[in-house]
Amino acid sequence: MAKTKVRAKLKNGITQVKVLVKHPMETGSRKDKKTGEKIPAHHITEVTCSHNDTVVMQADWTGGISKNPYFSFNFAGGASGDKVTIVWKDNTGGTESVEADIK
Amino acid sequence: MLLIAYEQYNKYGGQELMTIPRRTFLQTTIAGAVGASLLPHVTFAEEATASEVDKLTAAITEKFGADAKAEASDKISIKAPEIAENGASVPVDVTVDLENIEEITLIAPSNPTPYIAKFSFPNGSAGLLSTRVKMGKTGSIAAVVKADGKLLYASKEVKVTIGGCGG
Repeated sequence: MAKTKVRAKLKNGITQVKVLVKHPMETGSRKDKKTGEKIPAHHITEVTCSHNDTVVMQADWTGGISKNPYFSFNFAGGASGDKVTIVWKDNTGGTESVEADIK
Repeated sequence: MLLIAYEQYNKYGGQELMTIPRRTFLQTTIAGAVGASLLPHVTFAEEATASEVDKLTAAITEKFGADAKAEASDKISIKAPEIAENGASVPVDVTVDLENIEEITLIAPSNPTPYIAKFSFPNGSAGLLSTRVKMGKTGSIAAVVKADGKLLYASKEVKVTIGGCGG
């Protein structure tokens, strides 16, 4: 079950990529209200987006990004049917790679 | 405050209160009334804005090194709600009207961890980035953009009613 949804759309020569990841994004400084113990950090640290094997966006994240992160960006170029790949890694070793076609 | 004191003074026929020396009574009442009505509004607002800029500068120095100097730019526009009901998820849109955008860094100077994220674009960006960030309390959200080797920034104030960092 993929936790990541990717949409890529071409408009006037610019490709807009929208990504939604299902992830807790724990900062590590939040406390469990019942036990009073700290909830261990669990957040995405690195996101890479490639278009036909060329990296178009590379992001470093902290826990400052909201839970179930959404982000969108655009880049010049791209053609209908091209592949866009999103790869993310988190601080506990979790990773996922999702591919989408540009529409 | 002064009025209440005066009413009480009347109610007790001035008798009990007169045990306090009259001068002290007046001084404290007036000082209290003046202090309460004037001080909080004026000083707080100004201090908050000044420290916000300082904090942002500190965060930029920490992230980009001591030599880094970012200039405010009107080519960067940030779209974020003026009042965020939930600080755990504040939508932020950054639009940049510049050539050769290399990096967009998001910083919230009032957060426990001011540095939120850095998005870099090895082949240039078309100038749009939007995401959702956490904000611990009312403060500004800044976007530092590296374009053509220069650092530029813009920031926007967001009022947060429920914080989103920690519990």
